[in-house]
Amino acid sequence: MNLYLAAQDPTLADFGKDPWWLVLIKIVFAFVFGLLATLLGVWFERRVVGYMQVRPGPNQVGPFGLLQTLADGLKMAFKEDILPRTADKVVYFFAPTISVICAVTALSVVPFGPKVSIFGHWTPLQVTDVSVAVLVLLACSSMGIYGIVLGGWASGSTYPLLGGLRSTAQMISYEVAMGLSIVAVFMTAGTMSTSGIVAAQAHGTQLNVLGADIQAPGWYAILLLPSFIIFFIATVGETNRAPFDLPEAESELVAGFMTEYSSLKFALFMLSEYVSMVTMSAVTTTLFLGGWRAPAPITTFWAGANSGWWPMLWFFGKVLILVFVFVWLRGTLPRLRYDQFMRFGWKVLLPINLIWILVLAGLRSIEDWQTKDRLVATGIGAGVLLLATLFWPSRKKEPKPSLQEQVNSRPHGSFPLPPMDLQVPPSPRTRRVVAEREPANVGSDSREV
Amino acid sequence: MTTQTVLAAAGQVSGGEEVTFWILAPLALIGAIGMVWARNAVHSALWLVLTMLCLGVFYVLQAGPFIGMVQIIVYTGAIMMLFLFVLMLVGRDASDSLIETLRGQRVAAVVLGVGFAGLVGSGLYRALEGVQAVGLDKPNAEGNVQGIARLLFTKYVFAFELTSALLITAAVGAMVLAHVERRKEDRMDQIATMKARFRPGNYPGPKPGPGVFATSSSVATPARLPDGRLSDRSIPEILPVRELTAEETSLKGTEK
Repeated sequence: MNLYLAAQDPTLADFGKDPWWLVLIKIVFAFVFGLLATLLGVWFERRVVGYMQVRPGPNQVGPFGLLQTLADGLKMAFKEDILPRTADKVVYFFAPTISVICAVTALSVVPFGPKVSIFGHWTPLQVTDVSVAVLVLLACSSMGIYGIVLGGWASGSTYPLLGGLRSTAQMISYEVAMGLSIVAVFMTAGTMSTSGIVAAQAHGTQLNVLGADIQAPGWYAILLLPSFIIFFIATVGETNRAPFDLPEAESELVAGFMTEYSSLKFALFMLSEYVSMVTMSAVTTTLFLGGWRAPAPITTFWAGANSGWWPMLWFFGKVLILVFVFVWLRGTLPRLRYDQFMRFGWKVLLPINLIWILVLAGLRSIEDWQTKDRLVATGIGAGVLLLATLFWPSRKKEPKPSLQEQVNSRPHGSFPLPPMDLQVPPSPRTRRVVAEREPANVGSDSREV
Repeated sequence: MTTQTVLAAAGQVSGGEEVTFWILAPLALIGAIGMVWARNAVHSALWLVLTMLCLGVFYVLQAGPFIGMVQIIVYTGAIMMLFLFVLMLVGRDASDSLIETLRGQRVAAVVLGVGFAGLVGSGLYRALEGVQAVGLDKPNAEGNVQGIARLLFTKYVFAFELTSALLITAAVGAMVLAHVERRKEDRMDQIATMKARFRPGNYPGPKPGPGVFATSSSVATPARLPDGRLSDRSIPEILPVRELTAEETSLKGTEK
């Protein structure tokens, strides 16, 4: 049983050995997963947002309105495909295709489960894995921007162009934060292959804190919490989802980069948006939430939770929760202004990330030291941090000294001052002036000159 | 990937590698030629993107998956994107003019370019003919990424840091050159803004909207003041003032 459990963890050497039909099945599965996720994702989003806004949401087509997206998709396919006169025809045609291809390709390195037996072949539930799989994901997301940017440019009108420009700046800014948070994962896992990262999160590392052995949690979401939070924020920016949906801000740019798009091309943009949302959730699951492994309490009761086809259930569950968070954000937060958005990316996420990586690298480099040396090193670091916090110049102005304090600070022998709360009594010789006049006649202007 | 790595290290060429090369090499060339020939600057950039993507795949084929992916992420994804950003700001109709300012420069450029490419190509071919790739196994023993990291952070750490210092200097220099510093005195505070607003000659209220009549809702139609005059302030300055024509002002004949 133990041997069996150990053998189900795929390693890099397990890939590239499938027969062609198995590869085909896996590719088709990943593709269909993307499409189905879109179909259900749109429905899910509309229902959840409806629930949050106390209205039913789509509930007419099919049971619970499940077929609403399918009906919308069919309707879109039969609509007129409008090509603007000023559009750059070739680029206009290719832009949505680029978006979709890049979004779907990213699914090919996402591990859906451990090794299972498919028609007698013992194979991992993952299309492929390479030694730089996470970089493949990054490459897909950075190439996917081309679809949006080119779509905006090729439409030949102002709002799409503005949307495209915004999207360019947005993606480049948030990709930096995203890449930096993945660096922490690489440093901890020691590998860039997705299956390797999932395997690295299986067991928590033994930490020796003050002589006591502590089993650190395996999930990087807990171990590398700052990276996880920043990564998820950056994925929201990267997928153009609210509150970072500036490239298609309805209140400012009509529909941003897809203003001029109609019919199937518009549908392709919608498809790519939802597929990349699901892909990003899957990537977050893989990198930070333990991938296909069952969450902690389940494995204690049920040893077989991580073998066979069950892991797919955990995987889809985690992805669903993350997609729900995406929808939740959309239902809760208002859209950021563009300058706030950029400031947040460059002045908040990036510095925090850099400092966190520095701290993490420091912690990892003193891992092998003696306990005493380690304590001294951490103590020095903590001391420097405390001193920096203590002596950090405060932005608040010094409060103005009160009158009494000013008086007290006068040098000895100064000219005597009268008491500050001196009430001068009225002189008895001044004549009392009493107003003797008619009451003002409000509302009548007959006396007005 | 692993099998390809092994094969490339041994100096052999696998079938898959050959097929990929012969598909992508013409594409890369087409991209390069298209980049030079495209009239439109954005099209030019897109052709270059194609070439860069092909190059990235070539690196992966040559047992350098890390550098291949970095090529795609950094060069294609970020740097070309910045290029596109600038090109799109220039405007989509900005095409190269075809008037030759130097006579015969095109022919000369073609001859020189082809000659240079021929020289470099034949030189490289003669130099590398029959050379077996050796030693890829050793640096890639712990994995491609780890091998590169070890070299970068031990042997070449000074060059690496120097490059980053150079880049940072360039970035800071660009920022200093482009940054417009406004002194505190030049900035109008609230009181100055308010005084400027109520200064004689400036109407403090919002501008009247353009005329929206039953006959016309064009922004070019000026609004009418209470005394019947047209208000210039109601239309944008770039629009010509357009008075309603007789046909527009006449009754439409919809009432019986």
